[in-house]
Amino acid sequence: MTDDLASLTSETEAALAAAADLRAWDAVRVAVMGKSGTLTNKLKELGKVAPDERRTRGAALNVVKEAITAAIESRRAALESAALNARLAAERMDVTLPPHPVVNGLIHPISRTMEEMAAIFGAMGFAIAEGPDVEDDWRNFGALNIPAHHSAREDMDTFYLPPLEQGGRRRVMRTHTSPVQVRTMIGQEPPIRVIVPGRTYRADHDATHSPMFHQVEGLAIDRGLTLGHLKGCLIDFLRIFFGISNLPVRFRSSYFPFTEPSMEVDIGWNRRTGELGGGGDWLEILGSGMVHPKVLANCGIDAREWQGFAFGMGIERVTMLKHGMPDLRPFYESDIRWLRHYGFSALAPAMLHEGV
Amino acid sequence: MKFSLSWLKTHLETTATLSDITDTLTMIGLELEGVEDRGAALAGFRIAHVIEAVQHPNADRLRMCKVDDGHGVHSVVCGAPNARTGMKGVFATAGQFIPGTGITLKVGEIRGVKSEGMLLSMREMGLGDDHSGIVDLPDDAPVGVPYPVWAGMDDPIIDIAVTPNRGDALSVRGVARDLAAAGLGVLKALRVPEIPAVFASPVTWAIEMPDACPWVLGRTVRGVKNGPSPQWLQDRLTSIGLRPINALVDVTNFFTIDLGRPLHVFDADKVQGGVLTLRPGSGERFRALNGKDYTVRPIDCVIADTAGVQSMAGVMGGEATGCDENTTSVFIECALFDPISVALTGRHHQIASDARSRFERGIDAALLPDATTLATAMVMELCGGEASETVSAGAEPAWRRQATLRFRRLAEFGGLDVPADAAVARLERLGFTVAARDADSVTLDVPSWRNDVAATSALEPDPALAPEKAAKAAAGREAMEPEADLVEEVLRLGGLDAVPAVSMPQLSPVPTLTLTPRQARAAFARRILAANGLSESVTFSFLSVKEAALFGPTPTSLRLLNPIAADLDQLRPTPLATLAAAAQRNANRGHGDVNLFEIGPAFREEGQTVFAAGIRAGTAPRAWNAPAAGGDPMVAKADVWAVLSALGVPMEALTTTTDAPGHYHPGRSGTVRQGPKTVLATFGALHPSVLAALDLGGPAVAFEIDLNAIQEPKRRKKSLPDLPAYQPVKRDFAFVVDAAVSAEVLLKAAKGAERTLIVRVVLFDVYEGDRMEAGRKSLAIEVTFQPREHTLTDAEIEAACAKVVAAVAKATGATLRG
Repeated sequence: MTDDLASLTSETEAALAAAADLRAWDAVRVAVMGKSGTLTNKLKELGKVAPDERRTRGAALNVVKEAITAAIESRRAALESAALNARLAAERMDVTLPPHPVVNGLIHPISRTMEEMAAIFGAMGFAIAEGPDVEDDWRNFGALNIPAHHSAREDMDTFYLPPLEQGGRRRVMRTHTSPVQVRTMIGQEPPIRVIVPGRTYRADHDATHSPMFHQVEGLAIDRGLTLGHLKGCLIDFLRIFFGISNLPVRFRSSYFPFTEPSMEVDIGWNRRTGELGGGGDWLEILGSGMVHPKVLANCGIDAREWQGFAFGMGIERVTMLKHGMPDLRPFYESDIRWLRHYGFSALAPAMLHEGV
Repeated sequence: MKFSLSWLKTHLETTATLSDITDTLTMIGLELEGVEDRGAALAGFRIAHVIEAVQHPNADRLRMCKVDDGHGVHSVVCGAPNARTGMKGVFATAGQFIPGTGITLKVGEIRGVKSEGMLLSMREMGLGDDHSGIVDLPDDAPVGVPYPVWAGMDDPIIDIAVTPNRGDALSVRGVARDLAAAGLGVLKALRVPEIPAVFASPVTWAIEMPDACPWVLGRTVRGVKNGPSPQWLQDRLTSIGLRPINALVDVTNFFTIDLGRPLHVFDADKVQGGVLTLRPGSGERFRALNGKDYTVRPIDCVIADTAGVQSMAGVMGGEATGCDENTTSVFIECALFDPISVALTGRHHQIASDARSRFERGIDAALLPDATTLATAMVMELCGGEASETVSAGAEPAWRRQATLRFRRLAEFGGLDVPADAAVARLERLGFTVAARDADSVTLDVPSWRNDVAATSALEPDPALAPEKAAKAAAGREAMEPEADLVEEVLRLGGLDAVPAVSMPQLSPVPTLTLTPRQARAAFARRILAANGLSESVTFSFLSVKEAALFGPTPTSLRLLNPIAADLDQLRPTPLATLAAAAQRNANRGHGDVNLFEIGPAFREEGQTVFAAGIRAGTAPRAWNAPAAGGDPMVAKADVWAVLSALGVPMEALTTTTDAPGHYHPGRSGTVRQGPKTVLATFGALHPSVLAALDLGGPAVAFEIDLNAIQEPKRRKKSLPDLPAYQPVKRDFAFVVDAAVSAEVLLKAAKGAERTLIVRVVLFDVYEGDRMEAGRKSLAIEVTFQPREHTLTDAEIEAACAKVVAAVAKATGATLRG
């Protein structure tokens, strides 16, 4: 190798070593390998070299070119790596900082219970029916075999609204969800399977009564439904709802104007601990019965052809029992502390295959 | 209804235990309310003889006693001042629980003297407050006998709830009959003596209101001596909480409970004119036995003599003709009153009497002659005297009815295959008598006391029913109701637990939809809002008119006639009204920063709709990397947008107008419309005066979405997705417009400038600061052009940009910011 090539190589290597960043590095690269770089010029000049020397000179130039190219690339990789390391060091942050705040919303326990009821009764072929909170007294009472003089009208502590027209039907805040039974039987031909969750109202306000509360009504009308189906339907529901596969369920004879026979339904619990299932005590939980022939007739259904059952239960009551909630009043208080404690995630709706 | 076990046993021959009886009562529909067994806690306390009581050697105030309780002689140290040799007291031995002190006795030593038990005071037995000394019983009290037995306290009191259909069970005899029918014994025969008629009754009956009183009997007993009842009768009445008055009155109260047969006694000498007339009231004042005055109305049936109203029929007697210790001649009233008439009178005058509760449920229409005789006999037994003939008015009504049971219906309707003989036997024990029977069915005569079976009350059919349908349904009721009554009786007496439970037959292998699309949308909206950080509330549907009026119309048609409280009288125009109050309550508890929502009814004169409403009160959560902020109406708008877009509303078709209702800040609120007529939602900051009226301190933004106004999305298959092959091009524009120009107009104009090419317009900056001319603002947008045929050339992009600028300028007068 000639002296000029050796010095070019060593000068270039020195210049690369001196280049502290990619910009300086690029200047070295252009100065050597650029259009009029020192090495480029030497390559251009090869044509002027005497033919006999040209071969030797060419080979020497190639060796130098390869060495310098390698040195340039190697220096670039080193500088890039250093630059990246410097950037990563500069971008360091305190990862112990608290993350962005996320405010979680929640589903109210009443809605949750209604969803669970929809899931369970839905699996038994029931659909959800609805009706207005303001009803006329015929749908709330008369059609359900509660005549004007009946003591049940007093027992129910009805809220009344002014009639819409002189001599019109009296308007009431529905005292139960049963008027929707009437609407359903008039509005659709049997067979019928509906449940009616909704708001109900009674003029009663103390620790265990609220002037507004929620009920779910059930109605099943078909050709061969018996009191045995009523029992089966309710036992199936209660055991799945409370998640106790052997929950004791007891049926006691009772009276409601709109059913016959009528039954109160009790579940087994421990009065002392409040635990459901065992314990040997009984807790009244809902009312039920075979739909009264008069109610069927008032709604245009022939009791010789169709029969079935109805039931009603308090949504707050079963919610309180299921979750061990001691007090009724906070349900309507919207106390954010209570809602956070008892609320349910929006992203885990009640589904039978995931569990209710 | 209360009765004692011994009273029950005067009608029921039984060996059943108390718990058998109470369990059975509950299962057959006579629900046990409670058993009061006052003697149970005292059963171990015996009557004892104090053989000797001498001064304690080491204590001035104590005595050493030797006590014989019939089971041995015990040494007892006693501090009672009245402990003395020879007295009879009540003794508790070691190991017994003392109800009055809550302590279980132990053998002890008091100041060196052994004490093996305790002589009890009334307070220590839990029988009152007397603690002045130990119980001092009469000399003839039998040593060794348990105190409650001697004191007559070993008779448990049973309290049951009687349902409105079972007037017959409001009597000890009726309860005994049901228990016997359920297999717990035998109903004793009712023995009715012959009472000879010695004279003509000086008082007679007249009925001028036969609808209210179809039949009445009466009998005079003269020469009676009235006074306190004998002890057994007083005990019967006091055991169930009734106050003994005098023998004549106590007799009526006895039969009210014993046979469910209310009676009334008039002092015959006080009745003026000799005739008691059942007639409508005519506005007279009348003083009842409770000492209160009532004004009787024409629909109230009264019993009057020539001096005026003497009794409110079936509800309460009058003071003027009542029996007292001077009564020597008594006229016994035994009447049949119409249930509805009694109910209406009792309810109007707010008198709850034992008579009323029985008449309004319906009493035994055939029992009147026997009851009159039994009452006459008891009056003569207790007070002496001799009886008149029986006088009457009206006649026994036609109460006789039949009901037929087809045996197969027990299984087909009741779900339990009860053998025919067993079914008939149960009904016969209830007093039904077989009129006809074959292999398939039985026809029975309904007993006179069962007004609830095969009753013929009127239907109240839907007036809109087609006549043939209504007639067919009415015939169905006629055919099936009496049988349902009988099925109920048969099943009830065997216990409904005997009916096997059968799961619901499947209608389809996989159930059909449970929710309607509208219901499903409400459920979805609930989840969207909760996922957006709002907590669901359930608030009352009513609130005070004053607060309701802050949020919307408060028509009187939606005001309760009988509110439970003045602040709960108006149906809410929107759930936001009660949510705002909930936010305020939370703020009062120190939790001013709450995000609440509710999906519930909004009541309007034109009808009820369902709102999803929410309120975000206070400031957003503070964080190191975000400024604490609150009161931004755009957050509420985002809630609206989240719900509407999730429910499939075509968002690009919506417009926001600045005419939100008055409870919002007029400059920071909007109404979201789909087309010119449909209002889907409102949102904004709450009006400062509303915040002030609710005493809500911090900022609050809110929204209301009318879920019923949202159109059901068209159920059709999704279109194919738009996936162009060419890259989109984005260009930014900064426009300067008049400050009053709404962003929505500008964005719509930009979007519409080149419909096929422009797929998205995003507003990324709004500037109204110092560097802007007064009254002007800058709106900066990013427009995305989506080529479909080929990559856009520079010239095409420029042309499209020029169209955007022109369209925006035309719509808003905007210029590009220099």
